[in-house]
Amino acid sequence: MAGQGNPPALAVSGLAKRFGGKIAVNGIQLVVPAGSFYGLVGPNGAGKTTTLSMATGLLRPDAGSVQVHGVDVWQHQLEAKRLMGILPDGVRLFDRLSGEQLVTYAGLLRGMDRETVAGRVRDLLQALDLTQDAGTLVVDYSAGMTKKIALASALIHAPRLLVLDEPFESVDPISAANIRDILHGYVRSGGTVIVSSHVMDLVQRMCDHVAVIAQGNVLAAGTVDEVRGGASLEDRFVELVGGRNQTEGLEWLRTF
Amino acid sequence: MVAHLLRLKLALLRNSLRRKPMQLVGLAIGALYGLGILGFAIAGLIALGFADVGTAGTVVVLAGSAVLIGWLVVPVLAAGVDMTLDPLRFTTFAIPMRQLLAGLALSGFLGVPGAVTLLASLGTVGTWWHHPAAAGAALVCAPLAVLTCVVASRAITSASTNLAASRRFRDASALILFIPLMLLGPIISSLTAGIRNASEALPALARTLSWTPLGAPWSVPADLAAGNPGPAGLKFLIAVGTLALLAWAWKVSLAKALVTPPHTSGARRTGGRPGFFRFFPGTPTGAIAARCLTYWLRDPRYAGGLIVAPLVPLLVSFSALRTGSTLPLLFSGVLAALLLVWSISADISYDNTAFALHVATGVTGRQDRAGRAVAVTVLAVPLGLVYSVLGVAINGSWWMLPGVLGLTLGGVLSGLGLVSVFSARVIMNAPAPGDSPFKSKPGNNFGTVLLQLAGFAGLGALVLPELILVVVAVATGNALFSWLSLAVGLVLGTLFAWLGFRVGASVYDRRAPELLEQVTANA
Repeated sequence: MAGQGNPPALAVSGLAKRFGGKIAVNGIQLVVPAGSFYGLVGPNGAGKTTTLSMATGLLRPDAGSVQVHGVDVWQHQLEAKRLMGILPDGVRLFDRLSGEQLVTYAGLLRGMDRETVAGRVRDLLQALDLTQDAGTLVVDYSAGMTKKIALASALIHAPRLLVLDEPFESVDPISAANIRDILHGYVRSGGTVIVSSHVMDLVQRMCDHVAVIAQGNVLAAGTVDEVRGGASLEDRFVELVGGRNQTEGLEWLRTF
Repeated sequence: MVAHLLRLKLALLRNSLRRKPMQLVGLAIGALYGLGILGFAIAGLIALGFADVGTAGTVVVLAGSAVLIGWLVVPVLAAGVDMTLDPLRFTTFAIPMRQLLAGLALSGFLGVPGAVTLLASLGTVGTWWHHPAAAGAALVCAPLAVLTCVVASRAITSASTNLAASRRFRDASALILFIPLMLLGPIISSLTAGIRNASEALPALARTLSWTPLGAPWSVPADLAAGNPGPAGLKFLIAVGTLALLAWAWKVSLAKALVTPPHTSGARRTGGRPGFFRFFPGTPTGAIAARCLTYWLRDPRYAGGLIVAPLVPLLVSFSALRTGSTLPLLFSGVLAALLLVWSISADISYDNTAFALHVATGVTGRQDRAGRAVAVTVLAVPLGLVYSVLGVAINGSWWMLPGVLGLTLGGVLSGLGLVSVFSARVIMNAPAPGDSPFKSKPGNNFGTVLLQLAGFAGLGALVLPELILVVVAVATGNALFSWLSLAVGLVLGTLFAWLGFRVGASVYDRRAPELLEQVTANA
């Protein structure tokens, strides 16, 4: 790391959370360099969402610390949250607002002035191809449109760090390509993106860094090339996480 | 397969109880209540056996018809009263239609309403035990009638599934249900009065009903007891035919519903409609107020409260006016306003996990509390003032106006203070966004009711000084106490509002992530 002047976009150390008897996150260490496009991959129930929730100030950790651009998330919550744009997975939206109202709401909650918000809402809806449905209530949106409007709400205040939990789920291929373009442009101009995903191909193509998480631990982390070490990310992932069944069994499936 | 479906229903019930022990208490209370009704019904039906055959027949036919109508009407309005076995969830399993129908129909008996109806209608066997043939017929006809109830309600539900799949219909039906529910008291009292007057007409009504699908199954034993086997046979045929026809209708509509997944209707709308966001300052507080106000009008859970709050004082006045006293009208303003203010005690629970946006954007406790309070104030204060002035005007005691205003404003301010703390402290088991405001998992509301009662008690304590002054003013006829109430209401109310706001904000600032964790666990 480049010393005091340039702290990492996200530094997580010793982060832990337990729900009842189950350890969800087991003392994770993670450093996301500023300006990187960082992928977080892991099987279902690996602790990705819990980690990201704790890193973004949505869920109080049992132990450990999180710093965003050198600001401690849990000591200086407001300051840290100003730096982050968050797309949480599996939470509802205020879906009785129209799409336009929802993004405006997110902007105003961030303390931005009305004119700036109005201009950016227009731009975001245009970029995400939602202009035709700007006045439709979010409750009547399709799953993909809902994801996109949530993404717009996360982008409105031009954060320095974007944390996106499963941003491409149920988004159509064209919109997904548009979103990737937006994210790449954002990273080129110095922003940092963290995405979690199950889709290895996508992460390998899109991200420059990756961390593999399973059962609440980081199994490998670094640049994509370091982690995959010549193999495809998917093969490397399977090798790290294990749990692949041999292809024998289910013979009856071939008997029809 | 039928046994599988029944076991599934029991397993779902057991697992939901395991997750929330408090539900068990609620279910036990519901079951006790059901048992009480059941005991009364059976005792009544057996006692009826000592009346003459004509009277017994009339009562059984009328009560039975009422039960069937109840089974028809309730599920339509309360879309999703019990959708634990929502047929749409079985779409992909390719269950033979015949078995699916049988399983769903029988599962209707595994629940408090179904079981109580079945056992109570078997009580008619007791009514006819003096007439062995009639009692035997009742043993057959009672289950037939209850099965008709269940199948009819299922048929209606699945026929309306296509309608209910549209959000607008669901929203509207949830709201419409509030009105008959609110007016239940007056409806029952005028009905009983009407029945008392029309008691000579009842046997004729029962005779007519007994030839319709509503009353036919209930009147078969009555006709046998009266020694008319001919009509009894015909009515039995009517009853069986009705059941067959309903089962067929259910099958057809279910088959259609299974291939018609929920869809969103409604045209796409372009932007440029900021709504309430236009009328509030472009600050976090203003935005929250605008959002809450939008929800008050668009979300049935809030809009229902907006319908109830003006109705309750009207009902109270209605019964007061019958006794000839207009005095209770003085309190209609504070009652209406407090009902509205109290509804936001569950504000964060109503937000559900959408509350994550407030946590993620770093909204402060002051902004959050203030925004929500402003929205409800905009609604509650005008309503309270209008009702207060109207109440004083009808009562004709203008010198009481300051006192009544003091009570209303003091009540609103104190209430705002209390809910600011309450909603930052307590997450309740509220219906999720998009659910019917009446929807509840079996018995899960017992803890919520206790909390609400505690909150009401606290509210009462805070408003006590103004209330006492108003009562003293009325009792002594001294205008001084009326003005004192205004002064005390404004001073104390402001104090409580300020205090509650400060405490609520600081609780929120400390606990926002924990609140989110709690609503997530409840969701």
